[in-house]
Order: sequence, then C-alpha cells, then structure tokens
Amino acid sequence: MANIPQKVVHDYLRHDKKFPHVWCAGCSNGIVLGSIIRGVASLEIDRDDVVMVSGIGCSSRMPVYVDFNTLHTLHGRAIAFATGIKMYKPHLKVIVVTGDGDCTAIGGNHLIHAARRNLDLTVILINNNIYGMTGGQASPTTPHEAIATTAPYGNIEPDFDICKLAIGAGATHVARTTAFHTQEVQRMVVDSLTHPGFSLIEVVSACPVIYGRLNKKGGPSQMMKEMRDNSIPLSAVDKLPPEKVEGKIVRGTLIKEVKPEYSELYADLLERVSAMGDEE
Amino acid sequence: MSKAKENTKTAAPKAKAKPKAKATEAEVKVPGPLEELEQKHERKNVLMQGNEAVAYGALDAGCNFFAGYPITPSTEIAEILARELPKRGGVFIQMEDEIASICAITGASLAGAKALTATSGPGFSLMQEGIGFAKITETPCVVVNVQRAGPSTGMPTSPSQADIMQARWGSHGDSPAIVLYPDSVKESYELTIRAINLSEKYRTCVVLLLDEVIGHMRESVLLPDLRNTRVISRIKPNVPPHWYKHYDKDQKYLSPLASYGEGYRFHVTGLTHDALGFPTNKPAEGAEMMARLRNKITYNIRDLVQIESHQMEDATIAIFAAGITARSAKAAVAMARSEGIKLGLLRPLTIWPFPDEAVRKMLQDVEAVIVPELNQGQFIREIKRLTRDKSEGTVVGLTKVNGQMLTPNEILSKVKEVM
Repeated sequence: MANIPQKVVHDYLRHDKKFPHVWCAGCSNGIVLGSIIRGVASLEIDRDDVVMVSGIGCSSRMPVYVDFNTLHTLHGRAIAFATGIKMYKPHLKVIVVTGDGDCTAIGGNHLIHAARRNLDLTVILINNNIYGMTGGQASPTTPHEAIATTAPYGNIEPDFDICKLAIGAGATHVARTTAFHTQEVQRMVVDSLTHPGFSLIEVVSACPVIYGRLNKKGGPSQMMKEMRDNSIPLSAVDKLPPEKVEGKIVRGTLIKEVKPEYSELYADLLERVSAMGDEE
Repeated sequence: MSKAKENTKTAAPKAKAKPKAKATEAEVKVPGPLEELEQKHERKNVLMQGNEAVAYGALDAGCNFFAGYPITPSTEIAEILARELPKRGGVFIQMEDEIASICAITGASLAGAKALTATSGPGFSLMQEGIGFAKITETPCVVVNVQRAGPSTGMPTSPSQADIMQARWGSHGDSPAIVLYPDSVKESYELTIRAINLSEKYRTCVVLLLDEVIGHMRESVLLPDLRNTRVISRIKPNVPPHWYKHYDKDQKYLSPLASYGEGYRFHVTGLTHDALGFPTNKPAEGAEMMARLRNKITYNIRDLVQIESHQMEDATIAIFAAGITARSAKAAVAMARSEGIKLGLLRPLTIWPFPDEAVRKMLQDVEAVIVPELNQGQFIREIKRLTRDKSEGTVVGLTKVNGQMLTPNEILSKVKEVM
C-alpha cells in the first residue's frame, strides 16, 4: 500500500474554491474522499483523465471539492451520466460517488443495468443507512426496526444487501468495507480502478448527526468503534460459528472476475462493422 | 434511402479530438448519405420517412452519440442510428429507460459528443428533469419528440400536437426553450441539422417536435445540396485551464465550452452556480445565472426564430398553424383562393421562442386569425397573449383531439364560419 502524504491529498483538493465543505462533524464522507484521492494518487493516474460523477445526497457533494473533471448530476442518475462519458471517451477513468438512497432507491435501475453491461465504472457507494441531506428519512438500507423520520415507529421493511444486488446484476468486482478501515478503502479503490469492468465498493459509513441521533448510536467515536467491532473480514467468515457471523458487516472482496467489458465490446463492434464496410 | 450507397467514412468528429486552438465557430461541409449522388450532380428524389430524415439529418450534422429507449412512434430513429452510427465510428447505446437516455447524452456531450435522443410523449415526460439539467448546465444536446395522441399511453400510433406547451414548460424551474417544428419529411431533415447546430451554438437542449404522421409519412424528398450544409460545432476555449470559466459571460452569452479529458477539469452541477460552475446560494449570482439562461435566447431571437409566410401579402384572414396541420392549412389556402377568399398562412418553424413579432404583424394586418391545432388549444393562448386592441372574436381556435388530422375542408369551413 502506497503511503500518500497529506500534502499530496491537499494538492488534489480545490482548497481555494469551495471549502469549508457541507458535511457535518463526524461524517464519514471526508474519510472516504481521502481514501479515493490516495488510491488515485498511488496509481499516478493523470487527473485530467479522471472524471468524478455523483448524484444527489450528502456523499454526492464530493465532486465539487476535488480537482478532477467533476459532474454533480440528478438524484439517482449518476451512473447514467457516467455511462455517456465512458462510452464516448473510454480512456477516461470514471468514478461514481453515490449513496444508498441515490444508488439503490431512485437510481436502482441504472445500477443494475450498468452492472449487467459490465461497463468499466468505479462506483463508490457510501452507505450511511439513511437520507441524510433531507434530514433522516428511511432508505433501502435502513435496517429493519431502525428509526427514521419517515419510520418513526421503526422500519418495517427489510433492507437491501447492496453487494448481493450488484453481484446478482452481473458486476464483476464487488467489495465491501467500512469508513473505519481507511486503508482497506484505499486498497479497494486501487483494485477497482485497475479492474477492467463494472466495480462497486460499498463503504459502510457513520452518520452520527442524523442516523446516529435518531437511533441513539452515540457520537462519532462510538459509531467508529461499532464499525470496527461489528465487522469481520471475509476470510474469517468460514472459521467462525454462524452465530458470530450473523448481523456482522462482512468486509472484503466478494467477487472479482474478468468478463468482456462493455466499452471494449463496443470497440470490437466498431472494428467488425468497419471490416464489413471494407469488404463491400 | 437505406439501400443507397452511403459513404461510411463520414467525418464524425473523433472521440479524442484535441481542443481547437482558436475560438472560432466551425463550419464544416460534411458528406452525407447522398454524397455520391451529389458529386455526380444527380440530385435524385429519394423516398423516405420523417423519422428516417431525422436520423440522416442527425448524421449529417455530425451527431456521433445516440442513447435511447424504444417507443412508438419514434423507434425508427433509434433503429437507423443503431445501424449507421457504428459505420461512422459513433456510439449507439440502448439505455434502460428514457431518464437514462437523456442523462447519457448529456454526459457524452460534456465529454465532447454531439449527442441526440429520440422519444415520444411518455418518454418525453420522463426526460423533463434531464432536459432541465442540460439547460441549467448549458450542455448541448437534442431531444426529438415524435408526438402521439392523448395523455398517458394515449394513442401511440395517432398524431397529436399536444406537447407544444410541455416542450416549453415541461421541466420545472422556469428555463428557456428552443423548439423546432417541421412540416414535411424534407424539413425534418433540415431542422434536425438546425437543432444540432443551435444546441452547439447556444449550449442548450434543443427540442425537435415531430407529428406522428410526419415521422411515419413517406415523401419524395429532394435533399438540399449537402456540400453546402452548414454544420456548427461548439466553440472551444483558447485560454489556459486556470483562466477558463465554464460559464463565461462574454461574447453575447455564447461562451466557449471545454470537454472532459482536455485538461480543463471544470465542475458541472445542477445546482445554481457561479461563472466557474461552482454551486452558490448568493442571490446576486443566482440572478446572474438565470439572466444568462434567459438572455442567450432573448438577445438572439432573430437568429432563432424562423417562420414561413404563405400568401399573407394581401390576406384578410390568416391561419396560424405548425407541422402537419400547416400542410392541411396550405391546402385550405389554395381552396379558399380559388373561391376568391383572401386567406393566408403563417407557419412557425421555430415555435419556441415564440415568433411574437411576426404574430403581432399578422394581427395588425388581418381581420381574423384561425388557429387550428391537434390539441385542446395551446398555440391559441400565445396568439391571444399578443392580441391588444382587437376583440376576442378575431382569434378563433379549431381543435381536434381524436387521433385524426384536421382536413383542409375542416379548416376552410372554419374560415367561412368566421368570415
């Protein structure tokens, strides 16, 4: 793991433009942003070739702060915009930053179809289990019986397993970790950016101000500790008795396989069509 | 048309094109599907559908990215571009829905593509939020809406002109609109090129409204001389990246536009933004952005508005109609003239911005205006808005919403009723 100094991270930020940021004290989004920057910096990708696309929500405010090509789009639609960019300029590295509501509720359709196509996008989904920006409504990942402003008597819906959803839809690289495990986030960002195909990283995060307060989770540090204590690495799952795995966040690379990538398939199609023209 | 020998090496702009050195408006003569005929000066008539004309117009204007979703009665546009774009190195992608389609073309345009999508009523409704995004972010793109009858699913294979107001006001938040409206297959070709040109020049989402009957009607078309076809591409910045403002106020609001991957690393947001593109809550900056969106239309009305004035010189009664209804109206004018009735027709090719000046002149010149349209009265609201001293009776509507066209006889009967 490349050790990227803070000075380098700072250099990637639009520090003279739109700071201070909008995120609450104790929010995980800044931690994830730092890990993304370290991942990109360690790969030494030209930042002119990086596009960061987001939808709407707390996490989707990220692009404005970072010195890439940046696009802050409509609620749920980041992947659809990213598809247009990637298909027109396949050499660009397109990173989508999104949240649980943005990507799996309003944007669920785009997620499953981009995964199905296996288009080479890096989707970083910061899952804080709530709609934070609108003040704490239930999202598709709000746990069963948790409190939200639109579930004041406890959430009666089951929650999504986002990684299973992505794998089921055909994603070829899917990983999960938490915002506590910053080194792991960075490593997964690197894996994702070097993976030729659709990649989704679910980063379970802490929203102490909205979700934490509604559900009496304590302050930021308690929520950090909970992410540490309530998660287990994938490698440990088989070694532990089922009752110790139940309810835990399983961290690790859940799938990584190489299958034909969509923009490459399209390039092949162009060659085939061009050859047909030459034959005529 | 589709079987004509076509040039597969049409100069669609390459995906990795470098930014141009000078901020000039590019005028390129692009060889089109009839290039060989043109070179031999054999300008033969071809038989084609309105939807085909849109597809070939798009290609000849340099469209190199299409994302869409199947919907009657516009699907042929997607089908033709699925076949033709790959021959020219362009991108065709069938998206999961119309929302994804408008978003994908906007993303591609920000990466430098000339991008277009085609849809019909229900899909056009789904695209409204994305159209608003393209407008506030000033991203060039074109949406073709082949209108069909009725609200909701309605009558998918029947004509209607009911999206006139939706094309103007459909997206929330009060944004300006450029909407073009052809009346023939030939004009569908021409106005598709114009729609792409205007989207590139004015950095906005331009809508092309087609009537279902024009989309599906086959007409013998003598296409314009493609060697003289004017193709406009967006102005590229010629300043170093740290000087670049994505929303520069200079140059009559027609500011240069960088693309992703060219070193400019700009920010684009659907939030109200400042000149650099960063979000702002400052009232002065918000007002400035809204003024910019409005002014680039209102300062350029003469460039945007196109109208056809048919036998209006001595007319005492005028018809105001667009699209297929104007075709019926033209026949009604001929019938009326043969009976000695001084009837004329004013036909907008650009319906938004509305041709206020021409309509005001028409209202001064004639005794009565008939407004036939395939909806429950949309154009007539605009005509009445421009009526000053005249009594209400001088502007008379004629509507039809049963999925059929208005016939010349129906229009002529209305004219005689009003006389």
